[in-house]
Amino acid sequence: MGVTTSAAMSVDLSSLITSCADTISAHADELTALDQAIGDGDHGLNMKRGFEAVRGEAGALAGKPMPEALKAIGMKLVMTVGGASGPLFGTLFMTLGKEWPADPDRASLAATLRKAIDAVAARGKSQTGQKTLLDVLEPVQAALAQGRTPSEIAAIADGAAEATKPVKAIRGRASFLGDRSIGHVDPGARSAALLVRAVAQTLEPAR
Amino acid sequence: MSNVGIVIVSHSPLVAEGTADMVRQMVGDEVPLAWCGGNPEGGLGTSVGAIMEAIDRAWSEAGVAILVDLGGAETNSEMAVEMIGEPRAGRIVICNAPIVEGAVMAATEASGGASLADVVATAHELSPA
Repeated sequence: MGVTTSAAMSVDLSSLITSCADTISAHADELTALDQAIGDGDHGLNMKRGFEAVRGEAGALAGKPMPEALKAIGMKLVMTVGGASGPLFGTLFMTLGKEWPADPDRASLAATLRKAIDAVAARGKSQTGQKTLLDVLEPVQAALAQGRTPSEIAAIADGAAEATKPVKAIRGRASFLGDRSIGHVDPGARSAALLVRAVAQTLEPAR
Repeated sequence: MSNVGIVIVSHSPLVAEGTADMVRQMVGDEVPLAWCGGNPEGGLGTSVGAIMEAIDRAWSEAGVAILVDLGGAETNSEMAVEMIGEPRAGRIVICNAPIVEGAVMAATEASGGASLADVVATAHELSPA
């Protein structure tokens, strides 16, 4: 993800991948439980399969330039996740790679993330406020643009995922439930927040 | 074969194969037909790679109509079409129709040599406005 600062650009991609795969795998059961409440109960397993596949190629990915590595991560997720979250998270990473700035700084990375979020919205024919991962990505992008620190951005992501709880789903499988989707955190939003925290902690280890 | 091809994409390989069986019984071998179902590990879900292969198997110069079951099947089919790219992508349409009825009606229309637009329109008539 594009949540980074120029000072942190030295962080190697391999540890970012490890961190993301670790958190998704560690929370796979929780994500699946969330999905059993309002979806078809496979989100945790799907995301774990996708990120473990990415982890399996971490060595080769870390040797690529950032744009190519991000595109390859996105493609791997598309081909391995097996649910709608594959194209959604895959499009996020592929667009980050496609739009990656030549000389990354906070403003250009925020602009890159903006384009990636728009691509995810187009892929899912969705918009913010519809109980999806967009509800996490939007405030994360805003916080990045405002110059918040990685740990602040991670906290904002967590809060944004939690804030999907009272929202009624109108996109995706959860929309079939109508009012019954109210009261449950959206699994995709939770996954997005976990990834944001993983990236933030890699860039800014707890002191 | 110049008839429009039909691709069936379900989360379940059993549903996809069973739907394909019904289509075959209706239209015989007049229509290029392929199905796929299941995630890359064989569980319930859909696989972009498998959808791309199914489109290849059912490919017709007249185009291909895809019938899907639930949300992820549609999103993954859209991704597969995008990855196949032009010029073929412009001749592939994902139908907004119930998977079984849509596949049977679309294939029946296709077996008579109808255009892709007519095949898709026939499937779409099954969806509530």
